[in-house]
Amino acid sequence: MTAGSIHAAAGPAGDFHAAALRRDHWRERLGLAGLAAPALLLVAVTMLLPVGWLFSLSFLDDGGALSLANYRRMLAEPSYTRTFVTTFEISLATTAICILLGYPLAYFLVFTVTSTRWRNLLYMSVVVPLWVSYLLRAYTWKIILGTDGALNSLLVSTGIVSAPLDIFLYNQTAMVITLVYIFVPFMVMPLFTVLDNIPRRLIEASEDLGVGPFMTFWKEIVPLSLGGVIAGSTMTFCLAFGDFVAPVLAGGPDGTMVANLLQTQFGAALNWPLGSALATLVLVIVLVLLQISSRLDTAGRVELT
Amino acid sequence: MNLAADHQRPAASTAAAAGTEKALPIAIRQLSKAYGALPVLDGIDLDVRPGEFLTLLGPSGSGKTTLLMAIAGFLRPDRGSIRFDDSEVVRLAPHKREIGMVFQNYALFPHMDVASNVGFPLRLRRVPAGEIARRVEAALEMFHLGGFGRRRIDQLSGGQRQRVALARAIVFEPRIILMDEPLSALDKQLRERMQIELRQLHERLGTTTVYVTHDQREALTMSDRIAVLDRGRIARIDTPRAIYDEPGSRFVAEFIGESSFLDVEVADGICRAAGATVISPRLPPPHGRRCTLVLRPERLRLLATGEGAGMNCFEGRVTGVIYQGDTLLLQAVLDDGSPVTVRQTTRSGDAGAIRPGEPVRIGIAIADTVLLADEPGQVQ
Repeated sequence: MTAGSIHAAAGPAGDFHAAALRRDHWRERLGLAGLAAPALLLVAVTMLLPVGWLFSLSFLDDGGALSLANYRRMLAEPSYTRTFVTTFEISLATTAICILLGYPLAYFLVFTVTSTRWRNLLYMSVVVPLWVSYLLRAYTWKIILGTDGALNSLLVSTGIVSAPLDIFLYNQTAMVITLVYIFVPFMVMPLFTVLDNIPRRLIEASEDLGVGPFMTFWKEIVPLSLGGVIAGSTMTFCLAFGDFVAPVLAGGPDGTMVANLLQTQFGAALNWPLGSALATLVLVIVLVLLQISSRLDTAGRVELT
Repeated sequence: MNLAADHQRPAASTAAAAGTEKALPIAIRQLSKAYGALPVLDGIDLDVRPGEFLTLLGPSGSGKTTLLMAIAGFLRPDRGSIRFDDSEVVRLAPHKREIGMVFQNYALFPHMDVASNVGFPLRLRRVPAGEIARRVEAALEMFHLGGFGRRRIDQLSGGQRQRVALARAIVFEPRIILMDEPLSALDKQLRERMQIELRQLHERLGTTTVYVTHDQREALTMSDRIAVLDRGRIARIDTPRAIYDEPGSRFVAEFIGESSFLDVEVADGICRAAGATVISPRLPPPHGRRCTLVLRPERLRLLATGEGAGMNCFEGRVTGVIYQGDTLLLQAVLDDGSPVTVRQTTRSGDAGAIRPGEPVRIGIAIADTVLLADEPGQVQ
């Protein structure tokens, strides 16, 4: 067989099918895009359009003219800024407590529980509450902390206090407790995954190199699990930041959070443009946080294979 | 190079004759693929003869797997022609090419038992159930897996999985068999046994086979011809013996076999290396240029005083002696400082005969002396 006979049949322009192959490539791309189109359309209609509409609404004043009035009013009103600060503090406290509770739990599940069956069972018991209605879970603490709730019954029946106390519910502590209870699984799940993926060999290597258990934890396990801490913290913080059920059920007069402001503006006050401005600010804060978290996460990431 | 001179390998022609109706030639022209500005296949021209066992050999990143994937149809090249016999397949989908492929990590379906895995290509081709059972059993028998049909994949050892993968690749009598480092996951002994078994299988089936490996010994053992790839180009294609004996370029010489290299000065038609005159029958010394001398360890000999007729001889000093059971590796430094390795077959009683630090005279037969022109990629 000679090269010549092949060349003769290579293609009309002698381009060795380059054009046809490029066409095949784009046809395949187009086909894939076509398959993805319904999903993309759904995202556009149900997410991008409403958010965009909300965003544009925030730049309209009472008369319907373009202005920054809503944003100016938002910044001028001290109660709004105070609410943002409160929300920030509460979310931060919730996240911190979730780390303090979730990290030891995940660590215990991964490194201490050796039986796979028990580990899965315990892990499920952390995750299963997520299947229970969110409202029900928030309500639980109203029942426990309330004036005639479980905690007061216990205190009265054991004689520690003579009459039920009303100091447990309707304050920021009660809110944080409720939020921690609701969102702690979101901290445990990524931590569990990250800790579980740390090769045991690394711990053995560290001990072999003469490093004690505490320094092994501090120098090996903590840095390697940082990705899980960041992921869990981001989820917990963002979820707590946007929550409005806990403040309603467990929060007192000083327990208004940003989501409640939104609810008021879109509901009772019927001031949609101002509500939109507030919502836009919340969205920007959350997006900035997500951005920071993804930066932090890639900075410390190591491929473990 | 002279193909007929190779007496060890009568298979190429007989296999082709035995399976004439199945054996297809592959003709590849100007096959190119680039990722961005980086060419992974750089205008490959390659002819695979009907019934031939051709190995693509090269370091990682040389494009050997990419080339195999293009033949299989898993990778769309930017341009080029791939013909099986006289049909153009470069734009054909993989499942229409009638190729039996053996993957590196077997790619057996874990949710099917052995018989279902092997019968899979037949079921999809709507072969009657009775015939499937018969052909699956025959294929399993061929790989010493008779009676394993109902086993689950995770109950098999690595070698058995490899055999199932092979059975699945050949059971539908593909026109061409492609293998992508199929033995790399096996341990050394099993790998060497499978090399012989694959070779015998190929002689029996006579199907055109393209095999990818980065293991030069595997390539030398199994192939009718070897194509050595370097940065997306074919640096050399020839029989194993021709490539080993006359690598033609430094790249090929370094990649196949373990060699020592000496710089050669050429002046007035006389070659000198490491203080000695070098005579070679292969390459007429190019006037006033430098070239490289290839010293294969097993072709070198330690010379006693008075020996050395018909040889190129070098003076040096022993730096190390390594006992390897069947062979003795002798490391030496020549007078100009070049390191050289000599491989000798061991005999009982030769322990301690040579010690580090001793002066030594090393010779290579003039017939075995290979000079390489220094221009990269230049073939003699």
